Amino acid sequence: MATLELSIDGDVAVSPIRRTRRLGPLFWAAIAWMSFVFAAAAFAGLLPLPSPTDMDMLERRTPMSALHWLGTDGLGRDELARLVYGARVSLTVGLCAPIIGITIGGALGMLAGYFRGRFETLVVGSMDVLLAFPPLILALAVTAYLGQSLLNLTCILGVLGIPAFMRVARAATLTLARREFVIAAQALGATHARILLRELLPNVFLPLLAFFLLGVAITIVVEGALSFLGLGVPPPISSWGSMIGEGRESLEIAPRLAFIPAITMFLTVLSFNLVGDTLRALTDPRQGAL
Amino acid sequence: MMQDTRQSSSRDPLLRVEHLVVEYAVGGKTVHAVSDVSLQVARGETLGLVGESGCGKSTLGRAVLQLRRPVSGRVLFDGQDLAAMHGDTLRQMRRRVQLIFQDPIASLNPRRRIGEIIAEPLVIAGVKDPRKRQELVCEVLSAVGLDPGLVTGRLPHEFSGGQCQRICIARALVLNPEFIICDEPVSALDVSIRAQILNLLEDMKARFGLTLLFIAHDLAVVKAVSDRVAVMYLGRLCEVGPSEQLFARPAHPYTALLIEAIPVPDPDVRPAESVPVGEPPSPMSPPSGCRFRTRCPRADQRCIDEVPELRPVAPDQFVACHHPLIATG
Amino acid sequence: MTEPALLSVEGVTVDLPTPRGNLRAVDHVDLTIGAGRTLGVVGESGCGKTMLSRAILQLLPKKAKLSGRVMFDGQDLVRLQPERLRKLRGRSLAVVFQDPMTSLNPVLTIGTQLIETLQEHLELDGVAAKRRSAELLAAVGIPAPEQRLTQYPHQLSGGMRQRVAIAIALSCEPKLLIADEPTTALDVTIQAQILDLLAREQRRRHMAMILITHDLGVVAGRTDEVAVMYAGRVVERAPTPELFKKMRMPYTEALLAAIPKIDAAPHTPLPAIPGRPPDPTRPIQGCSFSPRCRYAAGRCYREKPVLADAESPGHQYACFHPIEAAAGVCA
Repeated sequence: MATLELSIDGDVAVSPIRRTRRLGPLFWAAIAWMSFVFAAAAFAGLLPLPSPTDMDMLERRTPMSALHWLGTDGLGRDELARLVYGARVSLTVGLCAPIIGITIGGALGMLAGYFRGRFETLVVGSMDVLLAFPPLILALAVTAYLGQSLLNLTCILGVLGIPAFMRVARAATLTLARREFVIAAQALGATHARILLRELLPNVFLPLLAFFLLGVAITIVVEGALSFLGLGVPPPISSWGSMIGEGRESLEIAPRLAFIPAITMFLTVLSFNLVGDTLRALTDPRQGAL
Repeated sequence: MMQDTRQSSSRDPLLRVEHLVVEYAVGGKTVHAVSDVSLQVARGETLGLVGESGCGKSTLGRAVLQLRRPVSGRVLFDGQDLAAMHGDTLRQMRRRVQLIFQDPIASLNPRRRIGEIIAEPLVIAGVKDPRKRQELVCEVLSAVGLDPGLVTGRLPHEFSGGQCQRICIARALVLNPEFIICDEPVSALDVSIRAQILNLLEDMKARFGLTLLFIAHDLAVVKAVSDRVAVMYLGRLCEVGPSEQLFARPAHPYTALLIEAIPVPDPDVRPAESVPVGEPPSPMSPPSGCRFRTRCPRADQRCIDEVPELRPVAPDQFVACHHPLIATG
Repeated sequence: MTEPALLSVEGVTVDLPTPRGNLRAVDHVDLTIGAGRTLGVVGESGCGKTMLSRAILQLLPKKAKLSGRVMFDGQDLVRLQPERLRKLRGRSLAVVFQDPMTSLNPVLTIGTQLIETLQEHLELDGVAAKRRSAELLAAVGIPAPEQRLTQYPHQLSGGMRQRVAIAIALSCEPKLLIADEPTTALDVTIQAQILDLLAREQRRRHMAMILITHDLGVVAGRTDEVAVMYAGRVVERAPTPELFKKMRMPYTEALLAAIPKIDAAPHTPLPAIPGRPPDPTRPIQGCSFSPRCRYAAGRCYREKPVLADAESPGHQYACFHPIEAAAGVCA
C-alpha cells in the first residue's frame, strides 16, 4: 500500500511571493505617463485642438497663451496640436516596427534554438549579415530609393530590429529546450509545433515582451533621430524628432519649441524602459526552484 | 515474486534491445555512450539498470524511447522495432512507453498548471472531451496520493520535490502505458521521501500492471524494486541476473566493487580500506577489450585483446568477463 | 572528554529574513568536538546542517542574523575581528564543499589555486609553494601531480576535483575540517575512496572533522559521534555505535528504516515516513517531527522537547516519547 502524504492543504503551497511588492511608485508613474500619452494620441481627433497643419504666419513663435496652450512654432502652427499628433507618429512607428521584429525575429529565434543544426547556422548567419549593415545608412538608402513615408520608415526600422529579437528568443529557447519538461513532452509524442507553442512559447514570451518594451523605447529614439535629420517622416506630418529639428532654428527666441518635444520624448522613452526593466526583473526569478 | 525470465518462447519479452549502439559527438570527439548492448524485459517484471555516471544507462533509457536515435541496433517493443519508426507511427507507440526523470521539478513546465500538464498526454492522444480528460486526471492524481482539488490549479513551483515526482508519475500513468522507464526517479529526493516514492512505484506497478526499467546508480534502491538487475560500465553490460542472486554472489569484479563500496548503516561494519582502483576512463576513449580492465585486479592480456561476451554463469545469470568471480560452465 | 573541546558551538541560532517571513534555519544548536575526533551531522534538506556549517565558518549571507557563540580554540569566532577571522579560515579551519565544480575557480589553474592558498597562509615563496603543491596532490592520490598543476578544473573528473578541493583544504594543516556533503555528487566507488582519503589524512594529522551528510550509511563506520538534525535543531546526539544500536528519537529510527538495505530481499515494502520535512518559514508548534511521528501524542503537539541526557554518557535526545527498547540496526 503506498504511503500517502498527509493532506497537503496546509503545507502545500505557500502562495507565491506577492509580485506586486516589487512594483514601486516609479513603475506606476511610468504606467501613468504611458497611458496618458497613448490616450492623447489615440483620441487626438476628439480633443479640442486646432489642426496641426494650419499655418498662421502672423502668429509665429507666439508664447503660451489661452489660444495656443504651448504657443506656436516657426510656421505659426499650434505646438500642442503638433505635439499630440506627433505622439501618434512616434508611437505608431515605435510600436509597429518592434512588432515586426518580435514576430519575425521571435519566430526565427525560437525555431533556430529548437531545431539547431544547419537551420540555426543559416538563421544566425543571415542575422549577422543584417547586423553588419550600418543601420542609419541602410535607412537612408531605403528612404532615398523608395521615398519617405510612414510605412517605409516603419518597415525599415522593423527589419533592423529583427536580429536583436532573434537573439533574445534563441537564447531563451536554447536554455529551455534542454530542460526535462521539453523532453517529457517529446516522450509523450507531442509534435514539434505543439512543443514550440505549448511548452516553449509561454516561457519565452515574457523575456521577449520585456525586450519588446525596450525595443519600443529605442525605436522612438531612432525615429526621432531620423526625423531630426529630416530623413524620417515627410512634412507636413510632424513627429517629435522633426519638431526638435525645426525647433533648432528658434533656440534663441523660443527654446521651448525644441525642449518640449524633447522632454516629452525623454519621458516616454524612460517610461518604456522602466516598465521593460521591471518586467525583465520579474521574469528572471520565476525559473528558480523552491 | 521471482518470475521465470529466461528466454522461453511461452512469454515473449515486452522489450527486447538488440545490439544497441548510441554515439554522439561532443566537440570534435565521439562519445561511445552505449556499445552493443542487448537485453530484454519480460512483461510485468522490473529490470534494474545500475551503473555509475558515464556508464550510459540514462542514454540507453532515452535511446529505447528514440529520444536519442541509436546509430545501430534494434529496439523491439512488443515485436515492433522502434528504432525503425519515425513521425506519426513513433508518436503512436510512445503512448505505450513512458518516461520518468530524475529532476521532478525541471520535468514540469513552470508556466503551466498541473491540471493542464497531466491532461497534455490525453490531448496529444486525441481525447477530445474535456470532461473525460478531467475525470482521468483526477483519477490518476488520486492514485498517486494527491488531492486533485488542491493540486490541479497550481503551478509546479508551489510543490516540493516529492510531490512533483508524484505529479510526474501521474502524468506518466494517465495514458495507461504498458512500460515505464524510470531514469533515476529518486536520486534527487530526500531520504525520507525516497521510500514513499519507491513504495508508490511498486504500488502503481501492481495496480496498473506495468513493466518497469528502473535506472539508478544506487544499488540498494535498485535491488529494492527490481526482479532482475543489469550492471553497466562504460557503455557495456557487465552482468545480468536476478536481484537476490546477483547481489549475494556477484560474478563480475565490477559488481563486487560496487557492492563493497556501498556505505552500510551499521557501525560494526568498518568499511574495508578500499583498494585504490583509480578513476573510470572517459567514454570518449574507452579501453580496448574489456572496458573495466584498467581498474580490475584480475586483468590480463586477454582482457586487453578480447571483448568479453555475456555468458551464463549461474541459472539465469550472465556475465561478460574473462575471469569472473564464479567459474562459468 | 578529557581534553577541552576544540570547537564548541553554543546556542547558535541563525535567522534569515525572507519575503515570506522569518526563516529560522538553525535553532539553538549546541555541539562540541575534540581534537582528532570526527563528528557526523546527519539530516535531510532543510534541516539546517549547511547553515550550521556556514555559521561556524562565519560565512553566512549578509541578511542572516546569528546569535550564540562559536568557540574555536578558545576564541569566539562570532566576535572576532574580520582580519583575524580571515587568517584563521583556510589555516586552522578548513572546508570542503559538495560540488567541486563550483568550489574551484574555473578560470584559474589548479596550481594557481593551491599556490595562492599556500602563499597566503604559510608565506612560502613561489618555488617552495609549487613543490609543496605537487606533494599535496600526490598525497591525495592524484596521479601525475606536476602535470595537474597546469590543468584547469574542467579538465578533471568530479572525483579528481574533489581531491583537489581536499588538497587545498588540507594544505595548511588545519585543526578542523568541515566536510559539507563531500561525496554526495560523486559515484559510490569514488565516494568510498574520498572518504577513506579523508579518514587517512585525519589520522595522520590528528585533525578534527565534521562530516555533514544526509546518508546514515556514510557516518556509520566513519565517525566517533553523530548528531541528527531536524528542522534546525539537534534532535539526537550520541557516540556512533550507541546511536545505531540504542537510538531513542523516533526520527532517527524512521530515517534508518526508510533506507533500502542491500541485504533486504527485493520488493520488501519500505517503511516510509509520511509527510515531508517542514517548511522552515512556517514553524510548527510543539515538536517539529510530530506531524510525521507515529508515536506522537498530546504533549508532542504543544511543547517543544529539549535535549536531555539518556542513561549512557554522551547520549542526548529531544523527545517526549523516546523509543524504549534497543532497536535493531537494520529494521
